Amino acid sequence: ERMEKVVGRARAAFNSGRSRSLQFRIQQLKALERMVQEKEKEILAALHADLHKGGPNAYSHEILGVLGELALVMEKLPSWAAPQPVKKNLMTMRDEAYINFEPLGVVLIIGAWNYPFVLVMQPLIGAIAAGNAVVVKPSEVSENTAKLVADLLPQYLDPELYPVVTGGVPETTELLTQRFDHILYTGNTAVGKIVMAAAAKHLTPVTLELGGKSPCYIDKDCDLAVACRRITWGKYMNCGQTCIAPDYILCDPSIQSQVVENIKATLQEFYGEDVKSSPDYERIVNKRHFRRVMGLLEGQKIAHGGESDEASCFIAPTILTDVSPDSKVMEEEIFGPVLPIVTVKSVEEAIDFINSREKPLALYVFSNNKKLIKRVISETSSGGVTGNDVIMHFFLSTLPFGGVGHSGMGAYHGKHSFETFSHRRACLIKDLKMESTNKIRYPPVSQKKV
Amino acid sequence: NPYAGLVSHLRASWLSGKTRPMEYRMAQLEALGRFLDEKKQEILEATDLDMGKPSFEAYFTEVLLCKNELNVTLNNLSHWMKDEHVDKNLVTQLDSAFIRKDPYGVVLIIAPWNYPIHLFLVPLIGAIAAGNCVIVKPSEISKNTERLVAETLSCYLDDDCFAVVTGGVQETTWLLENKFDYIFFTGSPSVGRIVMTAAAKHLTPVTLELGGKNPCYVSDTCDVPNVARRVVWGRFFNAGQTCIAPDYLLCSLEMQEKLMPALREAITEFFGPNPKESPDFGRIVGDKQFQRVRKLLCSGRVAIGGQTDEAERYIAPTILADVQPSDPAMQEEIFGPILPIVVVANMDEAIDFINARPRPLAVYAFSCDSKVVNQVLERTSSGGFCGNDTLMHLTLSSLPFGGIGNSGLGKYHGKFTFDTFSHHRGCLHRNMGLEALNAPRYPPYTQQKLGLLTATFEVKRRGVCTLL
Repeated sequence: ERMEKVVGRARAAFNSGRSRSLQFRIQQLKALERMVQEKEKEILAALHADLHKGGPNAYSHEILGVLGELALVMEKLPSWAAPQPVKKNLMTMRDEAYINFEPLGVVLIIGAWNYPFVLVMQPLIGAIAAGNAVVVKPSEVSENTAKLVADLLPQYLDPELYPVVTGGVPETTELLTQRFDHILYTGNTAVGKIVMAAAAKHLTPVTLELGGKSPCYIDKDCDLAVACRRITWGKYMNCGQTCIAPDYILCDPSIQSQVVENIKATLQEFYGEDVKSSPDYERIVNKRHFRRVMGLLEGQKIAHGGESDEASCFIAPTILTDVSPDSKVMEEEIFGPVLPIVTVKSVEEAIDFINSREKPLALYVFSNNKKLIKRVISETSSGGVTGNDVIMHFFLSTLPFGGVGHSGMGAYHGKHSFETFSHRRACLIKDLKMESTNKIRYPPVSQKKV
Repeated sequence: NPYAGLVSHLRASWLSGKTRPMEYRMAQLEALGRFLDEKKQEILEATDLDMGKPSFEAYFTEVLLCKNELNVTLNNLSHWMKDEHVDKNLVTQLDSAFIRKDPYGVVLIIAPWNYPIHLFLVPLIGAIAAGNCVIVKPSEISKNTERLVAETLSCYLDDDCFAVVTGGVQETTWLLENKFDYIFFTGSPSVGRIVMTAAAKHLTPVTLELGGKNPCYVSDTCDVPNVARRVVWGRFFNAGQTCIAPDYLLCSLEMQEKLMPALREAITEFFGPNPKESPDFGRIVGDKQFQRVRKLLCSGRVAIGGQTDEAERYIAPTILADVQPSDPAMQEEIFGPILPIVVVANMDEAIDFINARPRPLAVYAFSCDSKVVNQVLERTSSGGFCGNDTLMHLTLSSLPFGGIGNSGLGKYHGKFTFDTFSHHRGCLHRNMGLEALNAPRYPPYTQQKLGLLTATFEVKRRGVCTLL
């Protein structure tokens, strides 16, 4: 009943029409920008409390991107929202034909706990920009950030149009019984199915940002030191809890030990001798996930790392070698600082390996051979790709960010967010005079008309 | 699961990569063109048997419009398939950044009976163009067309990659148990829910082209004869069995009075004094549907038409006047040759009436005053909108065709069909060199590094200057 009230109020607020003017939308976005700037300290503190994320790290991962998205959207919104004339045919030559971008109505955004601020803010920015009312449901697992978002948003934004709902599974389940005009969910595949099934009852379109095991193929012909540094950065950031982290490595057995040595050296460079005391290394979000990740190490050859401390949810950056494709660590998305290496004898084998599994959110391939990279891209499918680096396609907002198959459906970021949260309405405006041209389509029919 | 074998056969063909080269896709599309040319007569006959579809209409919607979509696709396919390069930011200036259009894999197209060729063929064109393997499930209700498609399509398309499945509710339910990589459904909202629920089990993305009651507002300032003709054409096309037909009229009492003789005139002009004898007026597709539509006649008062003939499934072009919102004709999508007129005081009341109801596939507004047309457009929400005419927005393939809310999700026609059946994959191909530029992002994190990162990643509002 509480959910019904909140959503009902948002819908009434949307129906009032006040979220539609560009002026209003930009004013709300400006308020969001002020919020991020004025409350930076509080946001960083919440992220630290939830994930042991250090200041500069949290800023660059969660605040920089949000400010960038806000600036981009505020600048481009007038051009994105303008009606788009379309090419006309002979019959419509004298008419007005265009696509009108319109809000969908009341949008639901369900955030995730791993990047708890940006994964709520970035969709919110797009949904506001498109003129919608938005119900925000941050993840209860990152409870400090959830509480902060619930406190801050009503201080800066129109509280009826953009309410924050907190809570866990029961609250989210109840929320999902309400009717929304679009749902954007970030999280895991299993819950993604539940969200889509709930949406189906109301014929609500969904954007599902899910996950999977993002493979990382390292070709023999590549600068291993550089490749391994980039991979180390992407794998161990946020303690491996990144939906587009390179989940596992595929490489030739002859370079496996070099890969391990390079990653070890990089880890030293990044976190020093004692990783546990580095301010730049995060923790696993809670005990449940800690135990889950530690369970994946069972029976594996640990080439590096493996140390842990349950009390602080610390798991050291870990590398596993000669991992069997059938082992537990190769079954589910790891979402932790454990990097399995599976050896393959050729790029063909790597491609077959990748294609025999569910389509991942991201795919990575390292090689000096441009042709090989192109081949891997062409012969596989994934949400997105970065060649010769990891993660980086996420930061280019002109690229649509989303999954395919089990890793999700739909996309957002930049203009893609605006389009995801808009209805593209086809408009054809004719003249009420000029009836003569219509006569050829009316009955009674003659051969001449045909 | 009787279709598991078929689906897995198509999946194997998909994995072989057969459907990916442009030449293959063009060849299959050209074969579809030959199907339309060579089987034109059979298509006209089958749709005539199924619902008395006038051959002019059948030629226009089932052949001509399909050939247009085919030609737009053949003319543009190589362009559509190309990687779409995107604007880069500072950090990615030296990289290659593009959107790759990947096929989904094995897709399912479920088509309805009212435009039985068009509504599977146009999605099929896009699905093939995008490089997928396809299962087509035509409607069992238009059974002559179903038989035609099942028997002849395989003579034109590669049956390793494209299959037709026939049957009713049970067969469709079995089919939906399989995993598809995309499902395209045209039909009713209630079945749309069932399809989306089945798709959710496999996380299959969907396009649902559904329906609703398309309102048609006629303002007091309008050219009455022209309005009458355009409305009559749109309403009685295919005996009213069109998802974007004007479902009901909203106008003032005075306009209802003015329109009546003009509507009568238009009906007579089009179908003669006895529409039952006109070769240009269709029939209801089946007995069940006939019964359903006939019941709706008990709404308001029959001002024009109202005659029925059960043996022929004929319902005369009918105008109902003074219809109340509570009348049967206003409770469901009519999908028949009946046009109820609901009297409203003014445009504002018409807009409120429209907005109090589920969002339709189309909204129509007629007025000589363009401000009125724009008001109705701005203050309502629908899949599409056509001012001063009916149906015509469908014929422009540069316009996206789809619904919103209960009338559907997703869109197609022209390039939109190709995009619907492609996964848009964001790709960044970076340089292995220039590693020094990456240094600011690596731990150990320092304020200095953060400053550098901010400088390279940040997007500044135009007009804001940063001092070094």
